[in-house]
Amino acid sequence: MKLINKLWLGLGILIILSPLGLILPEHFKAGSAWGEWGVGEIQKLAGYIPKGLDKFSHLWSAPLPDYAFRGGEGESVLVLSLSYILSAVIGVFICIGVVFILGKFLSKK
Amino acid sequence: MHIPDGYLGPATCGVFYAVMLPIWTAAAKIVKRTLNAKQVPMLAIGAAFSFVIMMLNIPIPGGTTGHAVGAVLVAILLGPWAACIAITVALVIQALLFGDGGITAIGANCFNMAFVMPFTGYYIYKAISYKAPVGSKRRVVAAGIAGYVALNIAAGLTGLEFGLQPLLHHTATGQALYCPYGLKVAVPVMLGEHLLIFGWVEAIVTALVIKYLQKNSPELLIG
Repeated sequence: MKLINKLWLGLGILIILSPLGLILPEHFKAGSAWGEWGVGEIQKLAGYIPKGLDKFSHLWSAPLPDYAFRGGEGESVLVLSLSYILSAVIGVFICIGVVFILGKFLSKK
Repeated sequence: MHIPDGYLGPATCGVFYAVMLPIWTAAAKIVKRTLNAKQVPMLAIGAAFSFVIMMLNIPIPGGTTGHAVGAVLVAILLGPWAACIAITVALVIQALLFGDGGITAIGANCFNMAFVMPFTGYYIYKAISYKAPVGSKRRVVAAGIAGYVALNIAAGLTGLEFGLQPLLHHTATGQALYCPYGLKVAVPVMLGEHLLIFGWVEAIVTALVIKYLQKNSPELLIG
């Protein structure tokens, strides 16, 4: 197999394994990444919600927040994992599409 | 390491957008001159690889999570300017579509992960592997060290950006307006967790892929 195809295959395997990035932190009760808390968590950690943070934290509503569909609250691990994989697939396709478009302009013939 | 909206004040966000604009422009110009059309699929794989590896959150039990970025690997294979573009693409898509990292913080997040990280990693790798044969063990070690150090520099910078906020923006009573943690907390925590755990993940991923390429496609490592 040509190297480039092996790399595409490797990427596919990474996508299938991606839900580990969701399941392992959950299993080990690892919480959010440092500095990436929601407003509720900040209230608990710091004892108050910084005013500017409160104002700007909802500036942007991402269509698929946290690589989940429909917010993810109360969904089963299976549903969350499948949404995570689907998010990875969508993200990867868009990355590839954007780079190919950029590549049209940014590469030597 | 993806700073969300609301954690950095407007001044910090503005500064980093202003710093990144000429860097993105330079990256576009340099890549246009150096990137071969045949390398575009590799660049796409680089961006996609970085996107997925950043989704693989690794837990510190009972504490927090973090992840590798893949920026050093992309920089070793395609050069730091091309890596800057690939990681920027991944970060912008993560922010816009998935809310991972804020849109106001795209400048800062790209500065940390798409500029400082691939550049420091690339030059550390080049320095350690100077004149080393393509198949040598020194190249693998160089890749690992470059990954480890570069991720930690990026994490330390992120901590610095968080930690400056209470100094820059606070109410009359001293309550922070944005990130509530100062330098004494933010820098040691961001640096500590990456030195301890996540830096090793970046090191291992970078070194293993280089080792694999030495066997399977050594021509990618020449130059």
